[in-house]
Amino acid sequence: MTVVIPSVRPTAPSSPDSSSSVDAAHHASALPVSFRALRRTFGNGNAAHTVLRDISFDVRRGEVLAILGPSGCGKSTLLRAAAGLDAPSAGSVDIDGTPVQGIDSRCAFAFQEPRLLPWHTLQANVAIGLPKGTSVKQGKSKVGRLLELVGLDKFAKHRPREVSGGMAQRASLARALARNPGVLLLDEPFGALDALTRIKMQDLLLDVHAAEPTTVLLVTHDVDEALQLADRIIVLGKEASAGQETEHDGATIVRTVDVPGDRPRNRGSVELARMRSSLLASLGVDGH
Amino acid sequence: MTHIGSHDGLPATGNSVIATSKEGLEATGVTITTAGAAQPGPAGPSQDRSPANGWSPAGVLDKGWARLFLGLLIPAALIAAWQWSTSAGIFSVVQLPPPAMVFEAAADLIQRGELATHIAISTQRVLIGFAFGAALGLTFGALVGLSRWADVLLAPLIGALRAVPSLAWVPLLILWMKIGEDSKVTLILIGAFFPVFTTVSLALRHVDRNLVEAGRAFGLKGLKLLTTVQLPAVVPSVFSGLRLALAQAWLFLVAAELIASSMGLGFLLTDSQNNGRTDRLLLAIVLLAVIGKITDALLGVAEKWAVKRWA
Repeated sequence: MTVVIPSVRPTAPSSPDSSSSVDAAHHASALPVSFRALRRTFGNGNAAHTVLRDISFDVRRGEVLAILGPSGCGKSTLLRAAAGLDAPSAGSVDIDGTPVQGIDSRCAFAFQEPRLLPWHTLQANVAIGLPKGTSVKQGKSKVGRLLELVGLDKFAKHRPREVSGGMAQRASLARALARNPGVLLLDEPFGALDALTRIKMQDLLLDVHAAEPTTVLLVTHDVDEALQLADRIIVLGKEASAGQETEHDGATIVRTVDVPGDRPRNRGSVELARMRSSLLASLGVDGH
Repeated sequence: MTHIGSHDGLPATGNSVIATSKEGLEATGVTITTAGAAQPGPAGPSQDRSPANGWSPAGVLDKGWARLFLGLLIPAALIAAWQWSTSAGIFSVVQLPPPAMVFEAAADLIQRGELATHIAISTQRVLIGFAFGAALGLTFGALVGLSRWADVLLAPLIGALRAVPSLAWVPLLILWMKIGEDSKVTLILIGAFFPVFTTVSLALRHVDRNLVEAGRAFGLKGLKLLTTVQLPAVVPSVFSGLRLALAQAWLFLVAAELIASSMGLGFLLTDSQNNGRTDRLLLAIVLLAVIGKITDALLGVAEKWAVKRWA
């Protein structure tokens, strides 16, 4: 760990005017999110098992918060509770002070897979994200701007199966942005992409976040991704509580980390490397 | 990877599109990997299996005119065998008249203006019964496929009704609706209903949950979710259900016309049997086969389009 290799960034640092075509005035402002003593148990009686317990934290307006944890620890469940796709067994999620009940129109979700409708063009798929009551003209220009923002304007008329996985995932991101979300929920959105595409998508996300003020909750199992993108990282895991059997207890927040430095961050910095080892250790991996 | 698909006349698909998209992406400063680059393993063997070019025997099978010609080969051979067996005196004229006699019977009926009436009335019955049966099948299939309540309440009844043989309905329908068009069309409706119902309800139950969830996450629900996500997703299955239903409609037509009618191809069958006109009987069978195949082929074209458009 003593040799610092100068980082090679694949793209130039994002210039602020690269995204100025998107008119920020039309967007809902970023909203704060609060998780209050959230608990999620699946099944009943003896078969019941708790996935999440005692989850309480606040996400500030416009913050990018990464949720890190080993697979199967309930990261996605947490995100789905914020979207209203899943109801917590106890506790609540408040967005801007009001609790989430059912599908929440203040949120937009980007899934691990693109989940685009195969019979529609990318353009039509992005348009599905538009909020209710958007006029045809407004919608059309908004979809156009978003496709440009994610670099897909030339592929507006293509069908999802005619483009690469990375492009489909960018369309999925554009669809989420079309919603003017106060909170953008990203469930391992780059997990299925190859390493190089993933880095470019992360840079794109930073551009997007600069262009569209929104609070971002990012679920990931990639420590580097979290360090690159987030203002703050929370780590989910199982914690031995008062000598009890922890096997059947759900995951909870075991650690919260503030990530220093302005984005985009140097991927090779020593400080981040030290945090990386420490976070990996929290996840039960030897940090080498 | 690039030469796959070049041997047949298919319109340019994946390859060329990926090629253009790559160029476009580089222009936007983003690199992509194609499926081939990402998974070199599976691409290898499939390359070896594909025929090298149009010279291979299998390549001929992709050409439309060749398929039509090859499909007519065995029917032509059968007609030749039919001709030979009758001229060799293996069968009597009453048992199996020669092809020429069947042809003459057709010419005779055309001259009298009867054949057109038989064909028209039968086709009309099939189309009306099919249209109503398919519409009802679609409606109930959607209901049972989407609502667990409807599934629990309706599925056992519909399943039991399905088990009733077509002919069993005939006396009841005649009793209720008299010997008119209504009873016949209703019988055909029953025949067309079940294939559509079954395929639609099953297909709706197996729509990709992820897609439905994505639709819900973006605020779609109820009828809007149905028309935006669920129905388009099952369009290919709906068409295969419709093709089955159309075949079933022709089956039920003959059942309806055999019992009580004064017109139609089913009537031509019974009437010819009673009068000992084996030539006309054979003619009716050939016509049922040909018209059934034509309507199926037309629906097949629509199905192909739908699969391309919606899948």
